[in-house]
Amino acid sequence: MASSPLPDARKTPLKPKFAIEVRNLVKRFGKRTVLNKINFKLPLGGVLAIMGGSGCGKTTLLRHLIGLVQPDEGEIFIMGREISRLSQNELYELRRSYGMLFQGGALLQSLTVGENVALPILESSRVDEKVASLVVKMKLELVGLTGFEHLKPAQISGGMVKRVALARALALDPDLIFCDEPSAGLDPIMTAVIDKLICDLTEKLGISVAVVTHDMASAFRIASHMIFLFEGQVVAEGSPGEIRQNPDARLQQFINGLPDGPIPLRLSKDDYLKELLGKNSS
Amino acid sequence: MLLVADYLAFSTRAFLGIGRGAIGIERLRVHATFVQMVNVGVNSFPTVGMACFFMGLVLAMQGADQLQQLGALDKVADLVSFSMLREIGPLITAVVIIGRSGSAITAEIGTMKVNQEIEALEVMAIDPFRFLVVPRLLAMLVMCPCLTMLGIALGLVGGWILGVYSLHLNPYFYVTNTLAAVDLKDLYSGLFKGLVFGGLIATISCYYGMRVEGGAEGVGKNTNRAVVVALLSVLAMDAVLTAFFFFAI
Repeated sequence: MASSPLPDARKTPLKPKFAIEVRNLVKRFGKRTVLNKINFKLPLGGVLAIMGGSGCGKTTLLRHLIGLVQPDEGEIFIMGREISRLSQNELYELRRSYGMLFQGGALLQSLTVGENVALPILESSRVDEKVASLVVKMKLELVGLTGFEHLKPAQISGGMVKRVALARALALDPDLIFCDEPSAGLDPIMTAVIDKLICDLTEKLGISVAVVTHDMASAFRIASHMIFLFEGQVVAEGSPGEIRQNPDARLQQFINGLPDGPIPLRLSKDDYLKELLGKNSS
Repeated sequence: MLLVADYLAFSTRAFLGIGRGAIGIERLRVHATFVQMVNVGVNSFPTVGMACFFMGLVLAMQGADQLQQLGALDKVADLVSFSMLREIGPLITAVVIIGRSGSAITAEIGTMKVNQEIEALEVMAIDPFRFLVVPRLLAMLVMCPCLTMLGIALGLVGGWILGVYSLHLNPYFYVTNTLAAVDLKDLYSGLFKGLVFGGLIATISCYYGMRVEGGAEGVGKNTNRAVVVALLSVLAMDAVLTAFFFFAI
């Protein structure tokens, strides 16, 4: 640890090299290890796709990255700052430098689209409401939703909710955006629209993006860096080209969407018999 | 015990939030507080008013039945005013607010939790306590005593209507008797009860809302728990405050 090139946890480096750096992250729920020795890095301006089957720990990993869950072991550096050692105020300060697109959008249902996008602006500074309104219009234009400011989230489609949530995540001009299943429940055209928005963010604004996804076509379209999680461990990591060439059978089954392979859908015959006879219950 | 300790820590944080807002350490959400005051207070007034009005009528009817046997029918005004100010007014108001506003607060915050709206606030560096709990607590602390006062007034009107139009008591004599039967301490104790009940209802409702887990089922369960716990807490606190005001001092 003494030779670690990483900065001190409480000091902000002028220019961090990586938007995200995770070192030996371990998380257990009871006796079950959900994340086991996770290590990866996302360079500034890159797009990281975190892939894996249902229940492999992707969302738990994302919740660690945004500081909603504390790791049992290991370190997580976001924009050069180790988040598990920050005080509440320091964490809030850091959170203003990143945005989050939740799977279901997580827009506040009691507020209009415009108020949702304006919320982080008005709450983080004493900016005038007219200025905030101008920023809201710019952010909504960025996601193609000009003129929808006065509608409530319940009055717009699922794809539009995602785009509003993306506009809200961009409201404070973050350096980093986290996206949880941005294409889940969307039609192919809307998925492509969201993907193009994410690509534009990195190309035009230099924003780093971390995306948790099941959607392989989308992941290969947007990612500059990929990791594949299986049973709480990173079993494959690299560029999209390297991931395609990776011989790991679990990874190939996942990216090709094959029903048969090393990732079991059903219990083995022996386990099934044990389950039926109740021998696994203890 | 853990639950009680967790609730006490939650309530302390909520009251400290008001304190921090009052001295300018944190920004109070004034507009949101007024919105909550309308939800909790203005919109609850018809229900609270009707409930207290009918309680005033019932008290006068029950009192008349007993007092007539003692030849003291004119004491109905004393009974109604005394009971409304000290007990029935604050209690009926609190019960209506628990059912109408307390349950709505738990369900609203619980649904926000299930929909990840509270996590979204956290990630946007917005303290959910300051954003959601403090305005609701402040609104309840202001509006509960106000509603209690209005409830007491309508309860007294209910008693007066029955006394004058059914028991044929002199209307002026009824008012004089009412004023003579109670003193300012009765009014203050009733309003203080309203304030304490407001604090209890808001903190319990917000607490159960913020602790929702497990989707729609969790929202239903915690809303139910919030109503039951708030009701029992208000009744227990009423006993404590009555003992404090009318036995201890």
